[in-house]
Amino acid sequence: MSLRSDWLPLALLAAIAIAALPLMPSAPTWITLTIAGLAMGMMIFIMASGLTLVFGLMDVMNFAHGAFISVGAYAGASVLLTMKSATRASSLASNLAAIVPAVLAAMALAGALGWFFERVVVRPVYGDHLKQILVTTGGLIVCEELIHVVWGPDLIALPRPATLTGSVLFGDAAVERYRMLAVFVGLGVFAAMWLVLNRTKIGLLIRAGVENTEMVEALGYRIRRIFVAVFITGSALAGLGGIMWAMYQESLTAAMGMQVMVVIFIVIIIGGLGSVGGCFVGALLVGLLANYIGYVAPKLALGSNILLMVLILLWRPRGLYPAGK
Amino acid sequence: MAELLALRGVNTRIGQYHILHGVDFGVEPNSLTMLLGRNGAGKTTCLRTIMGLWRASAGSIQFDGADIARTLTPELARLGIAYVPENMGIFAGLTVSENLVLAARHGPLDAKRLDWIFALFPALKKFWHSFAGNLSGGQKQMLAIARAIVEPRRLLLVDEPSKGLAPAIVQAMIDAFQELKRETTLLVVEQNFHFARALGDAVVVMDSGRIVHRGRMAELAADEALQQRLLGLALDTHQ
Repeated sequence: MSLRSDWLPLALLAAIAIAALPLMPSAPTWITLTIAGLAMGMMIFIMASGLTLVFGLMDVMNFAHGAFISVGAYAGASVLLTMKSATRASSLASNLAAIVPAVLAAMALAGALGWFFERVVVRPVYGDHLKQILVTTGGLIVCEELIHVVWGPDLIALPRPATLTGSVLFGDAAVERYRMLAVFVGLGVFAAMWLVLNRTKIGLLIRAGVENTEMVEALGYRIRRIFVAVFITGSALAGLGGIMWAMYQESLTAAMGMQVMVVIFIVIIIGGLGSVGGCFVGALLVGLLANYIGYVAPKLALGSNILLMVLILLWRPRGLYPAGK
Repeated sequence: MAELLALRGVNTRIGQYHILHGVDFGVEPNSLTMLLGRNGAGKTTCLRTIMGLWRASAGSIQFDGADIARTLTPELARLGIAYVPENMGIFAGLTVSENLVLAARHGPLDAKRLDWIFALFPALKKFWHSFAGNLSGGQKQMLAIARAIVEPRRLLLVDEPSKGLAPAIVQAMIDAFQELKRETTLLVVEQNFHFARALGDAVVVMDSGRIVHRGRMAELAADEALQQRLLGLALDTHQ
């Protein structure tokens, strides 16, 4: 199933947003929370999309994905913090001169780490989920400790670049600039992934590989190369999500990747393991609910993701858009 | 005539199970060889071993004179061997057209060849943009075979093409295979003796992972006692 052929999960997304409206004190509050939820969902999607593809295509439970998020965040933050004059400047061009290299550094280092993990840690345990969980969790812990060694154990403050601070007013609704950027970047990443997966032959191969790896090989394609490419791309996206999440929280710690992994696993289970479209809808559902419930009933906010997952799995036991295998 | 495919003393083990025990047979070029046998005889294992999806633990597999027993599956496909598994292996989340585009490794789909495929399997043209997962069982089998022949192949390995198909569809499949026989060499696993008799040039019968009979299909078709001895109840069930 895909977004093209099954619109019910999209309708659920709209229904939740509409249902939240009467619970809000005013329409501007609803707009603010909706944009905040979408922004949070987009950042989670960016971090989770690589993991769901890696699981779907390679059948690998990669708990070290959190390390790629943390390492990406630290690499990007290092660039931003060394270019303070550019980030503090009030011109967008100056800010971009720091943000673009920071994002590239985050993606490059996380991608390189992903390549190393695939070759050294994951490859020997293909086909064995228990060993995958053990060695990738071990890899995550090692990476966290290495971050402590390289960047120190303390929380690092990461002020947002000047032009990404503050809010924009739409009528009476205040929307943070950074959250708007997160929505646009998330949409851009989703659009790029959708185009690659649906309009290119490599995308066809990935989608086919998620369903039936053996048959792709029987058609003459070396799936191993696609595995590596997807692993590196997924890791690079985790790095991108990591630096975005760090700027969103305006701080970073070595444990940030591990902390966000719980939400990421919920999202990819809700979406259907291996489904990028499902991951997108699942991330938006989690983001929206977390913001609405956090406002309406803060005490329930912690459990909202778990409750959402339970309800979705009762409705669709294999997730919103089950993919292959 | 030199054999296009030759198995010599092939043994295959899957985990602790020893499935193929010294399998020996050959496939002549431009012929259709039927691989028959009861359930669990080792027919599917035999095809999967040839395709490199399971490894032969001993013996040799020669394709056009070269040993391919250690060749990886993608390389075998590049040598011109196509495989249609028992479960058809179609990509349900891809459309009919996407399934065929993926199988065309050497470039865009060839219009002439596509017309030929549509003549064999008209349903595929009708459902060109439909998701393969929405097709009926017969249409899925047509798609699986079309995918295998979307480009010229030297050897087609097909596992139980008539399995679960309605009689009318089986007849359409027989007609399609008659056409395929003119173009390529086929090794077909089958349990439906009517289907096998209508198409086979040569026949190989397996039992318990061993070859128990090799010969011409016409001879087996004419000898009911031999059929009963080799295939037993399977005949009564599937004929």
